[in-house]
Amino acid sequence: MSKVRVLVGTRKGAFILTSDGKREQWEVSGPHFGGWEIYHVKGSPADPNRLYASQSSGWFGQLIQRSNDGGKTWEPVGNKFAYDGTPGTHKWYDDTPHPWEFKRVWHLEPSHTDPDAVYAGVEDAALFLSSDGGQTWAEIPGLRRHETGPGWHPGAGGMCLHTVLLDPNDPARIYIAISAAGAFRSDDGGTTWRPINRGLRSQYIPDPDAEVGHCVHRIAMHRSRPNVLFMQKHWDVMRSDDAGDSWREVSGNLPTDFGFVIDVHAHEPETLYVVPIKSDSEHFPPDGKLRVYRSRTGGNEWEPLSQGLPQSDCYVNVLRDAMAVDSLDSCGIYFGTTGGQVYASADAGDTWAPIVRDLPAVLSVEVQTLP
Amino acid sequence: MIRVVLPAHLRTLARVTGEVRLEIAGPVTQRAVLDALEARYPMLRGTLRDQVTGQRRPFVRFFACEQDLSLESPDAPLPDAVASGNEPFLVVGAVAGG
Repeated sequence: MSKVRVLVGTRKGAFILTSDGKREQWEVSGPHFGGWEIYHVKGSPADPNRLYASQSSGWFGQLIQRSNDGGKTWEPVGNKFAYDGTPGTHKWYDDTPHPWEFKRVWHLEPSHTDPDAVYAGVEDAALFLSSDGGQTWAEIPGLRRHETGPGWHPGAGGMCLHTVLLDPNDPARIYIAISAAGAFRSDDGGTTWRPINRGLRSQYIPDPDAEVGHCVHRIAMHRSRPNVLFMQKHWDVMRSDDAGDSWREVSGNLPTDFGFVIDVHAHEPETLYVVPIKSDSEHFPPDGKLRVYRSRTGGNEWEPLSQGLPQSDCYVNVLRDAMAVDSLDSCGIYFGTTGGQVYASADAGDTWAPIVRDLPAVLSVEVQTLP
Repeated sequence: MIRVVLPAHLRTLARVTGEVRLEIAGPVTQRAVLDALEARYPMLRGTLRDQVTGQRRPFVRFFACEQDLSLESPDAPLPDAVASGNEPFLVVGAVAGG
């Protein structure tokens, strides 16, 4: 029988949750790296036992941990993230030039084909690549050197490169997203980049239709259709059918179109999931009710999913990397909250149950479906 | 022989218990101690000093002989009691946050 392994990064360590294909009984392993912030843990699609974790601390900086046995044991690997050449400046909150300074790794994206190749999206925004299993890291400088780079501003959480999507059919195509510069695409393996923000409209920036400056929170794709992208922007849920060249809003009947996470059903590329959050100053669900919204029509028409989720006095947030899906039949959906709960649905969102209730604040959730 | 006391998180990372003992040839300075520490325990690279700038991390402090040596030159000699091993060189995570 298949198994699932849920990789959870929290404010105070990593946790690994495992179950069989029924997804009813769970084993909890952790905390791994107790006391450290674990922004992200992700497994290699090419070798599910190869995991990478981003471990950081305000005291002791950034570490990268690697496991070759599915998270039973770990070893620290390379943690030197040096910007290519003279870093230069981006814009600070007050519009003054500010030097690029490495702060932490937000997201690790292993290659589809090579367990030793892994991308790191970092703050201040840049993309790094390791080709030796995390031992050494080199910046892919074309992104940060894009002509718009000196004008990028940080979002409220810092100027983070938080999303890295690799086209499963075209190794040269990479999508990334930065708060608050927007989305970018490379079609040549990272050498050159273009902003892909046409159609985004952000009332909180001087030019709502600007080429860059949009606070993109998360982008998702279905691996069978890598040209179709779904985006949770600061406000607005968006869709692109042309690899990001243009976007249109699909917020439809959502109770609020603010939020962080967005993901796609493993077997239904037009079925989407978001967790609406009340507003950018009230980072909790509307009416104290935690509800996932599902669209089976690629957006615009959304239905609330609440069975098994708290429907009163719930004021948690669900952060941008904290939702994932498995590839079992039926598709499992998982998300973690800042209140330390990890919820799972084994029936594509119809019903939910907590796997754990009392972890530290959850920063990220990834899922591996294992044979 | 130099005695170094690491904070708990870094002892866990380096997989050591208790004090670390280092042999240092030449002048005993902060830089010499940290270089020897990182050579023995490569996983500590970047945790005490930024790997690009070489600067001490803001929330890492160095104490010895009831003195805060954090702001001393990294090439200044450490107290004789540290160089002789009578007193440990303390690496401290600053009390910060809630």
